[in-house]
Amino acid sequence: MANYPASQPGSERHTLSVLVENRPGVLARVAGLFARRAFNINSLSVSPTERPDISRITVTADVEAVPLEQIIKQLNKLLHVLKIVDLDPSNTVERELVLIKVSANESNRSDVLEIVRLFRVRVVDVNPESLTIEATGAEGKIDALLGLLEHYGIIELVRSGSVAMTRGPKALSEKVIGSEITGR
Amino acid sequence: MATPTPLQAFSGVPKAPAAEKQSIVDGEKMTGAQALVRSLEDLGVKDVFGIPGGAILPVYNAINEHTKFRFVLTRHEQAAGHAAEGYAVATGKVGVCIVTSGPGATNVVTAIADANMDSIPMVVITGQVGVGAIGTDAFQEADIVGITYPVAKHSYLVTNAQDVPRVLAEAYYIAGSGRPGPVVVDLTKTAQNGQMYYSWPQRMILPGYNPTTKAHGHVLSDAAKLFSQSYRPVLYVGGGAVRANAGKQVKELADLTGAPIVTTLPARGIVPDSDPKVLGMLGMHGGIAATGAVQRSDLLVAIGARFSDRVTGRLDSFAPAARVIHIDIDPAEIGKNRQPDVPIVGDVAEVLNDLIPEIKRQQAIHSKPNLKPWWAQIDEWREKYPTTYDEPQDAPVDGSLSPQWVVEQLSKQADPETIWVAGVGQHQMWASQLIDFEHPHSWISSGGLGTMGFGLPAAIGAKVGSQREFNGRKPVWLIDGDGSFQMTSEELATALLDHTPIKIAIINNSVYGMVRQWQTLFFNHHYSATSLADGENRDDIVDVPDFVKLAEAYDCVGMRAFTKDEAVEAIKKANEINDRPVLIDFRVWKDAMVWPMVPAGASNDEVAYRPGVRPLLSPAAQAKAAASNTGESVAAADAA
Repeated sequence: MANYPASQPGSERHTLSVLVENRPGVLARVAGLFARRAFNINSLSVSPTERPDISRITVTADVEAVPLEQIIKQLNKLLHVLKIVDLDPSNTVERELVLIKVSANESNRSDVLEIVRLFRVRVVDVNPESLTIEATGAEGKIDALLGLLEHYGIIELVRSGSVAMTRGPKALSEKVIGSEITGR
Repeated sequence: MATPTPLQAFSGVPKAPAAEKQSIVDGEKMTGAQALVRSLEDLGVKDVFGIPGGAILPVYNAINEHTKFRFVLTRHEQAAGHAAEGYAVATGKVGVCIVTSGPGATNVVTAIADANMDSIPMVVITGQVGVGAIGTDAFQEADIVGITYPVAKHSYLVTNAQDVPRVLAEAYYIAGSGRPGPVVVDLTKTAQNGQMYYSWPQRMILPGYNPTTKAHGHVLSDAAKLFSQSYRPVLYVGGGAVRANAGKQVKELADLTGAPIVTTLPARGIVPDSDPKVLGMLGMHGGIAATGAVQRSDLLVAIGARFSDRVTGRLDSFAPAARVIHIDIDPAEIGKNRQPDVPIVGDVAEVLNDLIPEIKRQQAIHSKPNLKPWWAQIDEWREKYPTTYDEPQDAPVDGSLSPQWVVEQLSKQADPETIWVAGVGQHQMWASQLIDFEHPHSWISSGGLGTMGFGLPAAIGAKVGSQREFNGRKPVWLIDGDGSFQMTSEELATALLDHTPIKIAIINNSVYGMVRQWQTLFFNHHYSATSLADGENRDDIVDVPDFVKLAEAYDCVGMRAFTKDEAVEAIKKANEINDRPVLIDFRVWKDAMVWPMVPAGASNDEVAYRPGVRPLLSPAAQAKAAASNTGESVAAADAA
């Protein structure tokens, strides 16, 4: 099986939610594993959750099915990893926050504002030479917005990386036993 | 919703409030260092290896004449690690070593990586600078937890004395359970000097660690069904079966189904070689019968094996017609290199215990498949291509000893209870091919990582284990190469002073033999940097070192053998000496090669019994191979 590198052109996009113990060094273990197994990630975000003992890592990556399975198994071997779910896109709410600084003066500011209105995003800073836009949405919407704004000149861009959650009343962390230890 | 907590995932060290109240006040008051020694005693640890140093001094201060475990002082931290490995394999227990911070910790990394590759249970305790000094580039500071992320099963940084017994209990349990492996416990000076209240037993808190040991679902009946439908089955047994102590079950399965047993390097001896179903080792230097049986099988039963590249050769032509049952305790090994038809996750011994009655049930309904033609084919291979060294090209041309003959003599003259240890290289392959293994846990060798220098310290560890578990009854023979031995030869001091009278056979060909073999076959005889000049058998070249003098410098017995008579006599003497280490310097032929051989990256079908003899190829291809009867034909296959 030619598994490696795990990420190849044309690989399918996957979003993984990884519940980990909220302990020092956990991110280093997870990130190190990705690097070691030649797993290119598009975005990675890590945050506290509704439970103090659990943190949640959301990873998006373009990856083939077989190496993905291997990576999930390897992740499961890390003792601080409690649960991993490969989220089903049809049953998932996925959002990303971006801040975009666009070059805009009086001659084209109204055009940019028209795009802002169309996409239902917000302006958070105005300057005679620029506009800073805050946008949230799924990746497709963000990409479309960026495609339109590119034309005016993007000065600076920052994306938070995707965060995602399954639809419905259940939580991923249900039945997951965390740890009362906060040290290493 | 609960308020979000601060995210600790990024920080290396927990930021504990400075004036944290000691919440636990039950138990005996002591320092963290004393608690570490007490925890090891309460865990039942009987032997510990290591070297002291600045950042671990409080722990060594807590080791005294009342301590319940034996402490073995090595001369290099890498050796402490390998000795713990050798001890663990010989006894089946968790090996423990204690070393200092910084260079002490980095020196032991090789042993940690080796234990990780070969799934050897080991707890490595390293010293660390005080919590306040972490991250300041303090003297002898190294982030050993960070360094060992990729090569350890798990690791701890202990910053609080109160955590010591719990962490030790967890580390010991993690190392020995599931797929065994090395666990690093990095003990800060703060934790060693801090006061705590000791209590035992400790409650372990491991929510993310639940190894599966029993098979689930219908996989057992699926597997049994495959047995009833297969006419060319093979049991491919790996080190996992040794770790699970499953020798009895493997033999029972083979007897029940009639399937032959082939093993990987670490599983040699899992079923005694005297059993006619044992075909020996397969793979790069495996026997023709073993490799051939796997290549032609229609059912491959991998038992605690991981389809390593040294076993499979080119993966897409490995056992091409076989359906695969893969039994392993590590789910990540299933489907990593070969997609199995029946995956079974669980402890090998337990799974086989459950599988055997299931097969018996199936055999009662359907009859047993007829394996006679299969065994006829296997026996033909065994008869035509035995694992010997009596082909014309195997005979030394310079009057020196044949290395294979030396290894065989060692086996013939040895106590049947002997524990065999090897370094890494040609001698290791000859040892695994030619020694008559009759007991599991009697073969200790670095497989996955291939660590030269593993032999001597591992032999010391094995001897300590033999003294502990078997009253010293099992002798330990180390078969080492002159190159491999020199990587850790300082441990002769440990062997003498810690009273581990091991026997050392140096298969001295004066070169890095395995590398030289590849240079002969694949690099046009360009012997770049492989000459060691430590056994040239010439008057104008002084041997450096003189191994006999080296042994004597360490107050060990040293002997040398140039001829067969000298060799037989020296082995006899060595077997009689039991009060100190003995070393024999066997002067062997440097152009001896390890056969059979599959060139790296080639298909196992290309296996060469001797140059130009490819028994597993089609007759037409065999004739072609014979026509180009040179090493270069092997090289051509390697390039292809």
